Amino acid sequence: MTRTSSRGVTPAEVSRTIEAVWRIEAAKVTAVVARLVGDVGLAEDLAQDAFVQAMEQWPQDGVPDRPGAWLTSTARRRAIDRIRREVNLAAKLELVGHAEQLRVADLAESDFDVVFEDIDDDVLGLIFAACHPSLTAQARICLTLRMIGGLTTREIARAFLAQESTIGQRISRAKKSLSAEGVTIEIPSGAELAPRLASVLEVVYLVFNEGYAATSGRDWVRGDLMEEAIRLGRMLSALAPREPEVHGLLALMEIQASRTRARVDRDGEPVLLLEQDRTRWDWSLIRHALTALERSAELCGIPTGGGAPTRAVGPYLLQAEIAACHARARTADATDWVRIVGLYGMLGGLRPSPVIELNRAVALSYASGPGVALEIVDRLADSPALAGYHLLPSVRGDLLARLGRDVEAREEFARAAAMTQNEAERTLLLRRAARPDLT
Amino acid sequence: MRFMIIVPATTDSEGGVMPTEQQLADMTAYNEEMLRAGVLVAGEGLHPSSRGARVTYAADGELAVTDGPFAEAKELIAGFTMIEVSSKQEAIEWLRKWPRTCVNEPEFTLELRQVFAAEDFGDEFTPELREREEKMREAANRTAAQG
Repeated sequence: MTRTSSRGVTPAEVSRTIEAVWRIEAAKVTAVVARLVGDVGLAEDLAQDAFVQAMEQWPQDGVPDRPGAWLTSTARRRAIDRIRREVNLAAKLELVGHAEQLRVADLAESDFDVVFEDIDDDVLGLIFAACHPSLTAQARICLTLRMIGGLTTREIARAFLAQESTIGQRISRAKKSLSAEGVTIEIPSGAELAPRLASVLEVVYLVFNEGYAATSGRDWVRGDLMEEAIRLGRMLSALAPREPEVHGLLALMEIQASRTRARVDRDGEPVLLLEQDRTRWDWSLIRHALTALERSAELCGIPTGGGAPTRAVGPYLLQAEIAACHARARTADATDWVRIVGLYGMLGGLRPSPVIELNRAVALSYASGPGVALEIVDRLADSPALAGYHLLPSVRGDLLARLGRDVEAREEFARAAAMTQNEAERTLLLRRAARPDLT
Repeated sequence: MRFMIIVPATTDSEGGVMPTEQQLADMTAYNEEMLRAGVLVAGEGLHPSSRGARVTYAADGELAVTDGPFAEAKELIAGFTMIEVSSKQEAIEWLRKWPRTCVNEPEFTLELRQVFAAEDFGDEFTPELREREEKMREAANRTAAQG
């Protein structure tokens, strides 16, 4: 047995400790500083400075008893120094009055008192800032993982198979852009809330999907990003518990993640949803998800057992409901396809899309037969949005095969195989091109 | 990865002494912090061992049931918390934040254990066993989901 106190540990152990502490504290430290300096980009710089100072100091002095408080007060002190310098400079130039200088002097009083009543709101505000719609999706993702997830640039780069320098530049450009736009950590309200929240949820779901299905290569599942997204989803559901879409997204991600172990077989080949061994699903995640889903439906005023909602039902809740139809079915045969067809119809009504229509067609093929579904799919064939989308020929091939039209089915599977970027999926499609009758 | 934080029993917890308002507030604040960080999965507190029992399988095949309470509070547990974190190190950092004020003892040890996932089993966990294990787990979870 080794006994390790917080003193007398190796530098490598200390830096692992700091990284672990940072994962826990990054969002809070950054939020506290952002509240002080008003500038999110600057706050991230100051928070990083505190992290670097810990990397320098802790290996020598030992890990402090309250590492989070240490980081917060260090970052705050740096922020206050910075504000003082600016105010002093402005005073010299006679830009600010005496009162402003006094306000800054007050800042130092509670230097070590890091109890902030509204820290949760500030963290939520920071998430909104990191996901600001003025930034590109890629920039929002990097900034969120860095400021909220507490990941290092190196970790983000590794997760996205990108160069560290690329990610670093992306983050620094995003921070500048936030400063230029004057983005604060105020929580949006009124008419602003819905689009801003949508922007946050989009980021979380993009992170999840990046982990769930890498678009190219053999890497079918990159689990770390999925876990990270679920963690963000859980954070949001605790910080913004009144928002149905937050719980809807969490439920959706948890149900999809619950299938991770069933999605590939022992040889690493993908297994489609309906062929998956449902005993391999993670039932504790599903249980969590169904609770989140209930909460989401409840917030929309949907009575248990169905009925008209009192609040707009959003796309994540609908997608989670669809996923839940599969999760609730003991076997693939027991799936409530009629309900799924209806849910896809609602989803398509919310944001018309040929991809959703394609999914509705698949559901309809199980609810009412492949013939009806094929009619819909054929209508979609010329949709420009689906040009090059491998699932269109893949679905069409499947419907044709089920109708016994094997020759046509073969062609469709071969076409789909040529289109997909994912090697595992290509293998599967080629197998079906050779034997269309196999599912 | 998932970890269980095991909280040992104390003279107080075994004696049925309920936590003070302040202790409850501190523990709630800690749990809320974990919830808001997206790491809290589950947690329960246990009644004193006087409300439990032990079942002993003797070498001769005899089965003996002993009602609580049991001696040696330190060897008993009083509760657990399940967390989902990115590393063991991170789990340790969460333990560092555990509210010490909640225990009226000068020395106190929390135990951290990683929760098994099926991937962790080697060849001894045959596909057949795995399937039975998961069928059982699925049944249990369905029951829990319905309850």
